[in-house]
Amino acid sequence: MIRLNALNQRRWRNFRSNKRAYWSLVIFSILFAFCLCAEFVANDRPILLSFKGDLMLPATGGRYAEADFGGDPGFVADFTDPVVQCLIVSGGLEACFDTPEDTLSDADDGVVDGNAIDKGWMIWPPIPYAYNTVNYEVVAAPSDPDERHWLGTDDQTRDVLARVIYGFRISVLFALIVTFFSSVVGILAGAIQGFFGGLVDLFFQRFIEIWGNTPSLYVIIIMGAIFTMNFTLLTFLIVLFSWTALVGVVRAEFLRARNFEYVRAARALGVSDTTIMLRHMLPNAMVATVTLLPFIVTGALGTLAGLDFLGFGLPPSYPSLGELALQGKNNLQSPHLAITAFITLALILSLLVFIFEGVRDAFDPRKTFV
Amino acid sequence: MTPLLQVRDLTVDFVQAGATTKAVRGVSFEVGAGETVALVGESGSGKSVSALSTVRLLPDSARIGGSVTYKGQEMVAASDATLREVRGNDISFIFQEPMTSLNPLHTIEKQLGESLELHQGLSKTAARVRTLELLTKTGIPDPESRLSAYPHQLSGGQRQRVMIAMALANGPELLIADEPTTALDVTIEAQILELLAEIQRAEGMGLLFITHDLGVVRKIATRVCVMQNGEIVESGPTEQLFTAPQHPYTRKLLAAEPSGTPDPIAPNAPRIVETADLRIWFPIKRGLMRKTVGNIQAVNAATVQVHAGETLGIVGESGSGKTTLALAIMRLISSEGPITLDNRRIDGLKNRDLRPLRGDMQMVFQDPFGSLSPRMTVAQIIAEGLTIHKRPGDPRQLVADIMTETGLDPDTMDRYPHEFSGGQRQRIAIARAMILQPKLVVLDEPTSALDMTVQVQIVDLLRGLQRKYGLAYIFISHDLRVVRALSHRVIVMQNGDVVESGTSDQIFDAPQTPYTKTLLAAAFDKRAHSA
Repeated sequence: MIRLNALNQRRWRNFRSNKRAYWSLVIFSILFAFCLCAEFVANDRPILLSFKGDLMLPATGGRYAEADFGGDPGFVADFTDPVVQCLIVSGGLEACFDTPEDTLSDADDGVVDGNAIDKGWMIWPPIPYAYNTVNYEVVAAPSDPDERHWLGTDDQTRDVLARVIYGFRISVLFALIVTFFSSVVGILAGAIQGFFGGLVDLFFQRFIEIWGNTPSLYVIIIMGAIFTMNFTLLTFLIVLFSWTALVGVVRAEFLRARNFEYVRAARALGVSDTTIMLRHMLPNAMVATVTLLPFIVTGALGTLAGLDFLGFGLPPSYPSLGELALQGKNNLQSPHLAITAFITLALILSLLVFIFEGVRDAFDPRKTFV
Repeated sequence: MTPLLQVRDLTVDFVQAGATTKAVRGVSFEVGAGETVALVGESGSGKSVSALSTVRLLPDSARIGGSVTYKGQEMVAASDATLREVRGNDISFIFQEPMTSLNPLHTIEKQLGESLELHQGLSKTAARVRTLELLTKTGIPDPESRLSAYPHQLSGGQRQRVMIAMALANGPELLIADEPTTALDVTIEAQILELLAEIQRAEGMGLLFITHDLGVVRKIATRVCVMQNGEIVESGPTEQLFTAPQHPYTRKLLAAEPSGTPDPIAPNAPRIVETADLRIWFPIKRGLMRKTVGNIQAVNAATVQVHAGETLGIVGESGSGKTTLALAIMRLISSEGPITLDNRRIDGLKNRDLRPLRGDMQMVFQDPFGSLSPRMTVAQIIAEGLTIHKRPGDPRQLVADIMTETGLDPDTMDRYPHEFSGGQRQRIAIARAMILQPKLVVLDEPTSALDMTVQVQIVDLLRGLQRKYGLAYIFISHDLRVVRALSHRVIVMQNGDVVESGTSDQIFDAPQTPYTKTLLAAAFDKRAHSA
């Protein structure tokens, strides 16, 4: 347990006394933790299976060939296929290739056609579909919600609930990674400008003005045309254009702090520039930074959803809330798509805004909490 | 006749995070028309809070109890509309810091005229006439040309005059002045006090004067209330209170005066620091090519010498260049001319080469609240220099030793600066400087931000440390009594020039230049009776 100092304890108390922010944090943490283990919640692979006494964890990944379970060599095991399911439960009986359903139900009691079998079993996630599982049994796509697909399927008969869960995870992770890297770069750039001032500041500011006016959407489209767009590349591109957000604030804080007496006192002690920046000035710039962070987080979320909606973001194979919204727009006869996309995005953004509102207030020394 | 302002059993509590702090506990006083009442006390005694609560100018966390009546009208329970009516109209305020009380983006005419147009419905031309009248009344030279000036173009004293003009604009019946002269130089302070007294007589206002400075009180007040820990411990007419103080706290306040003289210097003490014709000019650059068109001459030809165990006092008003000179000797700003520390030239050294030498010269700053990093514990602050200069020994033990020596409790070393009082913080700053066992310590107004009783303790501490370690001090202050108590030699600065220098006795007993004479007169006249 990290011991908080008195100031941070007070901030934590202040934050907790803001009920809306506190409960938003609780709900968001639960949702986020839940989505972090999405593989165990929604997957087309069993969480745990036993085949001939061997335990396996297919949900955590790894390659499984059909031959591993006594099937035909050269095929990747598709756990949704009744043949594979039958092979696992029955311990690799030949009968599974001809009548998988019958054999499967027959194997329940551990005896098939009078012969005892080496019975296996599988534990499935509550939602037996991953974000990219295509359910060929669905007749019309997109299909409305029913007992198998709680939020229906999209136009490629993929389960919407599974896609929302994975989409939530990728959106939040994307936003947090973008925020982290843009903050690091932004704080560093702002600190250097504010600390040294003068010509460094002058030229750096002009550079940021030019950089800030680069049309980032075109750059993303061009890069997406040259390379295949993926998560890493998109994160990199967004960070490339969002780090400037923090520079102004941090620079201002450093410009202010460099004339403080304790900075001068540190200099009189012979402390080096780097140490002064890190130990004496940075902690003071943090409050201003924290108040700006929510805008970067929500901004990144919105950017990702927007790019996906326009089709310039992550490739269609990724689970994405923006892509879900686009499907909602293209399939107005299936309103569950649009409604789901809207509620999910609205929920994430509202929760984050409430949380950061509480954080900002907790950092405000003038605000009193009863 | 009912008094203008009547305060009965006033209590103010601050509620934060469930904890209640009692700032004012049952204070009663009154101010009549044409009367000057002074609230005196050390910082944290609740004097400002009491005054602000009369018109409920307190943060939301404050809970006010008791009764405050203005002309028979209850203020504690009054509606916001009533309070707005009273504030600025009937009761006006003057605050301590004239720079931050004025909007830096508005001209003097706009600041004054706006309130006149708003509160009295005057037309633009009428407001201008009234503004001129007010500025003339507050003694601003050439008011006509000052109308279009911005606050930064005025001196501190002129800004405070503008503040007074603003306070008078709507013809208030009660003026509340919260430490109006604390941020000003002694000569200016005397002028402002005179002005306030004069205006008060002419307008027949009530004046509630808040200060920590008993010398000021003596000069201006008709009645005095002494506050300690949120209570009035003694009150009465000024003469009576000064001649026959009853309460021990009042006596302690009256007796708090830095006294004594520094210990004599050893005859063969080595020279620690020396400068010859040190010059600090800041270039003024104009135009597209940033051509240097002139210089701000912050310090001209300053020659100083300090021996081990000796204190050099530097006195002068604000803007005279005394702090600039000290920073240059510390090599924290650039300067021209030789500086010798311990027989070694340090003026040409690069920052990197200078760093190892910084252990020998240390500095204590004016503001004990600003000079300690708020996010580091006391132990971290004091020990910071130890690792940089690779001093042997266990840092925590060394910190504990120096804290004991500077009169701090070593058990408090893991606390943060904000948990300490101003005097304790200044001791922390001194401990930070002393732990490196420097040869030279530059003290930049180390007592100015402190209460009188604490100043005395700090002066004693500094003298004790000097005796023990043979330290050389450069002591900067505008407070001549503290300088006299500590310094062997004194230099007087004005506008960057050293106008007079000599031994402490020479300067104080037989000043040569008119400037030194004015300075001494302003400083000692005000306090002549309070000692």
